[in-house]
Amino acid sequence: MLPLPYPFDREYMQLALVSGIAMGTAAPLVGAFLVQRRLSLMGDGIGHLAFAGVAGGLLLEVWPVATALLVAVAGALAIERLRGRGRVSGDLALALFFYAGIAAGVVLAGASDRFDATVLSYLFGSILTVSAADTWTVLALGVAVLATMALIGRALFAVVLDEESARVAGLPVDALNGALAVVVAVTIVAAMRVVGILLVAALMVLPVATAQVLGRSFRTTVGLAMAVGVGSSVVGLGAARQWGLPPGGTIVLVAAGAFGVVSLTAERLLRRAGRAPALGSVPGTSR
Amino acid sequence: MTFAYGQEAVLDGVSVAVEPGEFVALVGPNGSGKSTLLRCLLGLLAPTAGAVRLFGVPPQSLGQRWRLGYVPQRPALARDLPATVEEVVAAGRLARTGWRRRFRAEDREEVEHAMSSVALLDLRRRRVSELSGGQQQRAFIAKALAGRPDLLVLDEPVAGIDAESQRRFRDSLTHLVEEHRSAVLLVSHELGAVAEDLDRVVVLRRGSVYFDGPPAELAATGVSLGVHRDDLPLWLEGLVAPGDVRH
Ligand SMILES: Nc1ncnc2c1ncn2[C@@H]1O[C@H](COP(=O)(O)OP(=O)(O)O)[C@@H](O)[C@H]1O
Ligand SMILES: [Mg+2]
Repeated sequence: MLPLPYPFDREYMQLALVSGIAMGTAAPLVGAFLVQRRLSLMGDGIGHLAFAGVAGGLLLEVWPVATALLVAVAGALAIERLRGRGRVSGDLALALFFYAGIAAGVVLAGASDRFDATVLSYLFGSILTVSAADTWTVLALGVAVLATMALIGRALFAVVLDEESARVAGLPVDALNGALAVVVAVTIVAAMRVVGILLVAALMVLPVATAQVLGRSFRTTVGLAMAVGVGSSVVGLGAARQWGLPPGGTIVLVAAGAFGVVSLTAERLLRRAGRAPALGSVPGTSR
Repeated sequence: MTFAYGQEAVLDGVSVAVEPGEFVALVGPNGSGKSTLLRCLLGLLAPTAGAVRLFGVPPQSLGQRWRLGYVPQRPALARDLPATVEEVVAAGRLARTGWRRRFRAEDREEVEHAMSSVALLDLRRRRVSELSGGQQQRAFIAKALAGRPDLLVLDEPVAGIDAESQRRFRDSLTHLVEEHRSAVLLVSHELGAVAEDLDRVVVLRRGSVYFDGPPAELAATGVSLGVHRDDLPLWLEGLVAPGDVRH
């Protein structure tokens, strides 16, 4: 245990802080690419698949995080395949897996007779009750995500800009898209312990939305998004301890609040920085 | 080569060649298969019959991908993309470096050179989504130039852009052709800006090559690419009798 001040003076809060920071960094980094590809809801779709994996793990009485990871990675690759073939549009492919996932989760959880606190802890996160072993798993997954993105981020950016010319330039576009899908799945499963399956995608998208209003380059936008992600985790955890709130929901509310504040004051902030605000920089407002 | 998306052939027995250092325009009515022909040429689509050779090899066997530069029709640029002009252009340099190798001084110089050849150096740190349509298009052309290709393929790059950007576009193309001896294959309806620099015009009509020759020959038939450039699309759409054109 580290000698940190309140609210992080207890061991369970310090473990929560470690996973919160790991996910606050990794989720927006991955999310930045999803948002640009108009796949903001991909995290949600995979989250629902992870739920089926958790329920399956409970039914088989194996470690639910492992089954969740298995199902989420397989599902992410399947979504990417469907989308890449162009036979089904990205959002329709997501919807298919989204509903199949949640339905399978409900059925499996029902069959395992575990529709109780265990299932709820995965749905809404259980950051304050995770063990040290769970925390180190989250941290290891987070580091793996950061390392992968450091390796492929530059090429993924070229794919996001224009997939066809990336292909013409000889970049391994399918492998890169597949790698992104896997990284999304890993991040979702790691972050599900922090904020829960229902809110996991928020950590991927909201900080990016905030950063996009302010950032000029992709690099600074990603950096800002990670800062907002970490800030939301720390502030959210502190507020949750102080007022006895559910931590997952509080973290996401802080991230949403940050977006509200930034988008309302963006004009003034950017004018001070000598720039016109980027109109239409709220994801989802353009098509 | 021949190509069909489903049953009906979009390209039917098309034969076109572009020589090193040549500046060729590909024109034709909407839906005549120009973009499809480019995609086959670049190896993005495989012909249903016949074959494509890029620098003497099939597209998928071409190892030196930087030899190709491609500016697609309407780059799918997100309106809110947070990326600077420099970042966009640098992404084009990956054709040379591959996805792993780090940039060296030489790569950064080439990126700079590409930006200056489309006169975007002053705007390098601007967000692309804040630029005009013509400036955005120039950024995408610079991206294709950043690998310093031997063949640059552009799909309607000047559709709907302002006169100033068209003029700069022309300057950067002639620069590329004259200084780097690169070949250019340009799909465009607005050839007025580059009419004098063209070596050949290929007219595609209903999936076949309808005319292939120097612009003067096309002009001799009464279709001018220069002064009366508005005539071209009309003629292409078949509103002006095409019978006057001898091939
Ligand atoms: N992905 C596609 N699937 C099916 N048909 C297509 C596809 N893309 C283009 N086409 C059809 O092929 C024909 C040629 O299209 P295209 O090559 O885009 O023409 P151009 O670029 O000359 O306007 C059109 O009839 C178009 O409808
Ligand atoms: Mg076209």
